[in-house]
Amino acid sequence: MKILVCMKQVPQKDAPLKLNESGTWIREDVSYEVNEPDAYALEEALRQKGKHGGEVVVITSGPARAQQVLREALAKGADRAIHLEGDSFVTLDAFNTAKAFAAAIKDERFDLIFTGLQSDDYGFAQTGVILAELLGSPHATIIMQIEKSDGGIRVKRELEAGFFQFVDMPLPAVLTIQSGINKLRYATLIGIKQAKNKPLKKVAFEEVSSALSGNLQKIEKLYVPQKTKKTEILEGPPAEIAKKLVDKLRNEMRVI
Amino acid sequence: MAKKNGPKMADTILVVVEQREGKLNRVSGETLAGAQAIANQTGWTLEAAVVGSGVGDIASELAAKRVAKVYDLESVKLEPYTPDGFVAALRQFIEQKQPRLVLMPHTYQVRDFAPKLATALNRALISDAIGYKYEGGKLLFTRQMFQGKFAADVSFVGEPPYFATFQNGAFRGDQVEAGSSAAPVETVTVDVPDGAVRNKPEAPFKEAKQAVDLTQAEIIVAVGRGIKEQKNIDLAKQLADALGGEIAASRPICDSGWLPMDRQVGSSGQTVAPKLYLALGISGAIQHVVGMKGARTIIAVNKDGEAPIFEIADVAVVGNLFDIVPPLIEEVKKAKGA
Repeated sequence: MKILVCMKQVPQKDAPLKLNESGTWIREDVSYEVNEPDAYALEEALRQKGKHGGEVVVITSGPARAQQVLREALAKGADRAIHLEGDSFVTLDAFNTAKAFAAAIKDERFDLIFTGLQSDDYGFAQTGVILAELLGSPHATIIMQIEKSDGGIRVKRELEAGFFQFVDMPLPAVLTIQSGINKLRYATLIGIKQAKNKPLKKVAFEEVSSALSGNLQKIEKLYVPQKTKKTEILEGPPAEIAKKLVDKLRNEMRVI
Repeated sequence: MAKKNGPKMADTILVVVEQREGKLNRVSGETLAGAQAIANQTGWTLEAAVVGSGVGDIASELAAKRVAKVYDLESVKLEPYTPDGFVAALRQFIEQKQPRLVLMPHTYQVRDFAPKLATALNRALISDAIGYKYEGGKLLFTRQMFQGKFAADVSFVGEPPYFATFQNGAFRGDQVEAGSSAAPVETVTVDVPDGAVRNKPEAPFKEAKQAVDLTQAEIIVAVGRGIKEQKNIDLAKQLADALGGEIAASRPICDSGWLPMDRQVGSSGQTVAPKLYLALGISGAIQHVVGMKGARTIIAVNKDGEAPIFEIADVAVVGNLFDIVPPLIEEVKKAKGA
């Protein structure tokens, strides 16, 4: 099976984020990491390749820093990478990001395309589904299990409130992958060495821009959310905080 | 998009509700309440649609609310739900009616088909909004960004129809206004072409062991990434035991296998509303918060003073949980023994 994994670099989970001067985006001087569900999507692709053979290709869009995500994926076992490189990719909405990916892979044919179910920065949860529609492929979202079947695949979708559902679908298909579908591997030293010789294709913004349109949604303002609740802050030495908390549990909340 | 003949829904808000097994789900009521609020402010007409096979009862239920009209989009091919079937049905309908705004609840089902629907119509979807603003004739939707650390006001660019989904809990479902008389219901038989539906879904099921019902717990001690290692879970368990409560966790903890999946609180786990929710080392990502923000009191312990969990906490302790929990266990035991 030939599998494409769409990955994204996002600010690290505990990175302190600051707004830029115009209040439309964050300042870029933070640490980045791979978007967590995308790491699971890559792992699943590598496992499928392990079972059925084939090729795993990883793709991302973003400035030069985003290449790190691809390097790590290659070190873990992906065969080759595509980097849509440029600052202009950062502010694309989900529709245009999917269009850019579709344009970059137009001469290839993948049996499966994986994305994480959503990103930790924008949190659109849309790019994979949009890509499926652009490519004319069926899709399924929030996937927890993938098996090959006669003429296609059988996947396990996560639904709300602890429910699941099996879905049979033909190939090619696009799947958005849920965190926890598998256990992540670490890159090995030998993998890191081999990654240096694996192909990494760069695609400039200009090469795909004819496939894009203007963004159809615009962030007017980014800001720290206003508190809706009055929060009491407890400070002091731990022993004192513990005493204060118990006093509240007992006399205000009346739970002990 | 080419203009179609037939009746137009100029300046109309269309709410597409979600039904499952013949029942309207709670979050659809919330979206309807939000749509009524937008309609009040903008003066736009509010209409609603339900999609399925034999869902006339839901259409009647909707018609009792304050809406101008209800559409019942029917086809035998719409049961069970598939993204292909729903997009085929709604695409035809929306192309013909041309509403200005289409609103839906941000459920797992809607996020499965709504981006495809918007794309098929060459339009954008603002997903997972927590509210809206109507300023100087411009409609903005507020979304959480960077896991709730920031909020963004987002506008639509280009031509309608505009698509948006509202997060679970964005509005209060019990605030939906009833209509003075029943709204008219129009049944529309939609054509889902043969072969259009490619996925073959089976019936939803629950994993056999869902032993713990956290929804009944009065006290919940929940752990997040801040617990750092599996062996530290025991510390949180001791606190839960001392308080007579249940232990729970955010998704990453259950993904790592440190606690079983049935201890998970959040959009993919259980939705809880205890008297006390004590969050230890939980950052407060949206997916977790939607599952616990209904708690009567929230106490949060986190070393990061900027953690979004503090936005919804009643009591905030900025500090290392490993310093605070041990003396807290002792104090709770003392208080209970006294």
